[in-house]
Amino acid sequence: MSEGEQMRRVVALEGARERRVRADGVELSVAELGDPGPPTVVLLHGYPDSKEVWSEVAVRLAEHYHVVLYDVRGHGGSTAPRPLRGGFTLEKLTDDFLAVVDAVSPDRPVHLVGHDWGSVQGWEFVTVGRTEGRIASFTSMSGPSLDHLGHWIKRRVKRPTPRRIGQLLGQGARSWYVYLLHTPVLPELAWRGPLGKQWPGLLQRGEKLPPGHYTAPSLPTDAAHGAWLYRDNVRARLTRPRDDAYAHVPVQLITPLGDAFLSERLNDELALWAPQLTRRTVSARHWVPLTRPDQLAAWITEFVTATEGGRPAPMATGKYADRFGGQLVLVTGAAGGIGRATAFAFAESGARVVAIDRDTEGAARTAELARLIGAPEAWAETVDVSDEQAMEKLAAKVATEYGVVDVLVNNAGIGLSGSFLDTTAEDWRKVLDVNLWGVIHGCRLFGKQMAERGQGGHIVNTASAAAYLPSRTLPAYSTSKAAVLMLSECLRAELAGKGIGVSAICPGIVNTNITSTARFAGVDAEEEKRRRQKTARLYRLRNYPPEKVADAVLRAVVRNQAVVPVTPEARGGRLMSRFTPRALRALARLEPPL
Amino acid sequence: MTSAVKGERATELKRFRQVQTLAYECAEAVAAQLKPGVTEREAARMQRRRLRERGVQDWFHLPFAWFGDRTAFVNFRIPLQFFPTDRRLMEDLEAHRELILREVRERRPLREIYEDVDRLMVRQGYANRHRAYPFGVIAHKVARVKERRWSPHVLGFGTQSLKGLAADALHGHRDGWSPLWSPYRFSDHPARPGWAVELHLGFRGTGVKFEEILVVTDSEDPEESAFWLDDDLPHVWRWAEEKCR
Repeated sequence: MSEGEQMRRVVALEGARERRVRADGVELSVAELGDPGPPTVVLLHGYPDSKEVWSEVAVRLAEHYHVVLYDVRGHGGSTAPRPLRGGFTLEKLTDDFLAVVDAVSPDRPVHLVGHDWGSVQGWEFVTVGRTEGRIASFTSMSGPSLDHLGHWIKRRVKRPTPRRIGQLLGQGARSWYVYLLHTPVLPELAWRGPLGKQWPGLLQRGEKLPPGHYTAPSLPTDAAHGAWLYRDNVRARLTRPRDDAYAHVPVQLITPLGDAFLSERLNDELALWAPQLTRRTVSARHWVPLTRPDQLAAWITEFVTATEGGRPAPMATGKYADRFGGQLVLVTGAAGGIGRATAFAFAESGARVVAIDRDTEGAARTAELARLIGAPEAWAETVDVSDEQAMEKLAAKVATEYGVVDVLVNNAGIGLSGSFLDTTAEDWRKVLDVNLWGVIHGCRLFGKQMAERGQGGHIVNTASAAAYLPSRTLPAYSTSKAAVLMLSECLRAELAGKGIGVSAICPGIVNTNITSTARFAGVDAEEEKRRRQKTARLYRLRNYPPEKVADAVLRAVVRNQAVVPVTPEARGGRLMSRFTPRALRALARLEPPL
Repeated sequence: MTSAVKGERATELKRFRQVQTLAYECAEAVAAQLKPGVTEREAARMQRRRLRERGVQDWFHLPFAWFGDRTAFVNFRIPLQFFPTDRRLMEDLEAHRELILREVRERRPLREIYEDVDRLMVRQGYANRHRAYPFGVIAHKVARVKERRWSPHVLGFGTQSLKGLAADALHGHRDGWSPLWSPYRFSDHPARPGWAVELHLGFRGTGVKFEEILVVTDSEDPEESAFWLDDDLPHVWRWAEEKCR
């Protein structure tokens, strides 16, 4: 990385007002952003970082709040205690915090946000008596309380069950670096030597960061000093954890699901320690302040605003509310069937929803009901997904008015039945325009916005079981859906490096309105109407609800699944297409009873 | 002669209206007494006791109550949170009430009306919950029952009315009509006199329904050929209030 690139990211904190605060033998480097009038948010960095790790989040929060960041003693611009041993205990770190808070917000409690060791410190601050009344809320990410961790381990050692032993071993393996940091001298040598040089590259590859992210020039010294955070606290606290480590403020826990250093299981019993707990999960790795600044800023803003208003953070009732709360979700074909059910499911999980359809009234209806069941905001837009220009306009409008889409669901599709020889070129064009080009436009325009933002996201494409089930009745429809399936797979490979997941949903026969608009090639209007009714009846008898497909969509996003067949016939068909393709080919020759 | 018939019908309708009012009053009164902790069973018992006190001797089916997604109010927050949804559902029910009346007056086959109701529901974004009723009925025929000193009930249904339904089903089967209004072929005929329409809309774990008597006559005048027995009902007032706002 060149010197110039390093500077580019530092600029983010340039508007900050610097000051030095003296505390118990050290001098802390403190930065402030934003108008000091509104509530104060204190951002605390982890190991091996300095306060600049928060730059992206800080500038976003500074639009609403008085943002304060400081370098932990021994890191960045703050001086280190002498001697180092015993200078990094949590008690001393609490002194530092109180000194900073007294300087920047003498008469109002602050909202604390901590990442990694900043969060470990934060837990200490919100569970000791002497900070009571100085902290209003705490947002924790990727840093447990050492006391809670001590109890977590004790409980599992005392009453070992296979599951508990597994959890212990899992976290034990993730903590390899903690053991290494306890060896004398070696970590310091490594950081001042090769590791310090390699670190920016390691971090970039490990976290899938965009090139040119910032690493403080003081990193080797910071990391060497910071080893004492572990040595001074970990053993002491894990062997004798405090029994009274209850949080006295509302806590928001943000858990990155791909964290290589912390097991999700650590938080299972957290509600016992933090009575006012709001849980959030985000699909990211450990360094969320670098990789997901928009999401963090949104959640912190929401939490701080709610706490200031004296009420708990609004929490949607849906199953995945921790994951989708406040996210922007765009669903095409949202005026009915699977699209509408998906929009509703996301709305119930607290997501903001954009409902797209050709049918203005239906889309508006979806948006209206979405607001009623939990979406903080929902909008309807009338767009034909096969219309390239309309889609471009839509993408521009969504980006400027609502923001970058977090989850895109390309669901719009039309049905076309009839033998290949009966299908006209016009029929082909229509079905490919909507079913394939609609998806291409969606992925192209919104996927590009996601990739450019560089903060992850997810694309769900509604393919169909017809994508892998050959038949003599649905040649055009199956072809279009097979293309969607392959497009999804290719896109998944391409976007994986940017933290964007791609899923293809393959529903079988689902009770939706697709039959009432489906075209039947090669028959007259009367016969078409009859077949429509007959198919609609079959679909109704099958009676697989679109709500179940919507659940599968949300699950696919949460688990980042590649291909998701829904309904037993779709799953069975998928198995057959892999293991008994000849049997499927034989079945494809049968004339369906229509 | 005709005036005598008319007079008789007027008395009959008056009695029906009284019974319907009684049922609605009971539902409203019991609803007003609901508070966190009251179970479905207790609410049903309250209804039954209240109706017995007011002279009810026989039932089409015993009163019942459904809460939330069929749960007791373990956590009262949830019903309150869903309140706006419920209100919206109630408002949208009105369109169905109008649709049914209009199409019955047009003498459309019941099966087609059922399909139109279904389509309207899908457009509104709701699910058809009456499909879960026996035969998926949206309505069933009601008529006078004979007064017996002992009228037991089977699976919650009064035997007298079951007997009436069975007799109607038998006659109807011969003549090509049915006392049940369903999506199936046996409902492929226009309405015959006397229906209790019970439409049930569902949406994301909440549902609303109304049950009202629709009077169908063989009159030529469309206004007279079908009408709701009584417009003086709680849900109808609520719609009127919403409109005034």
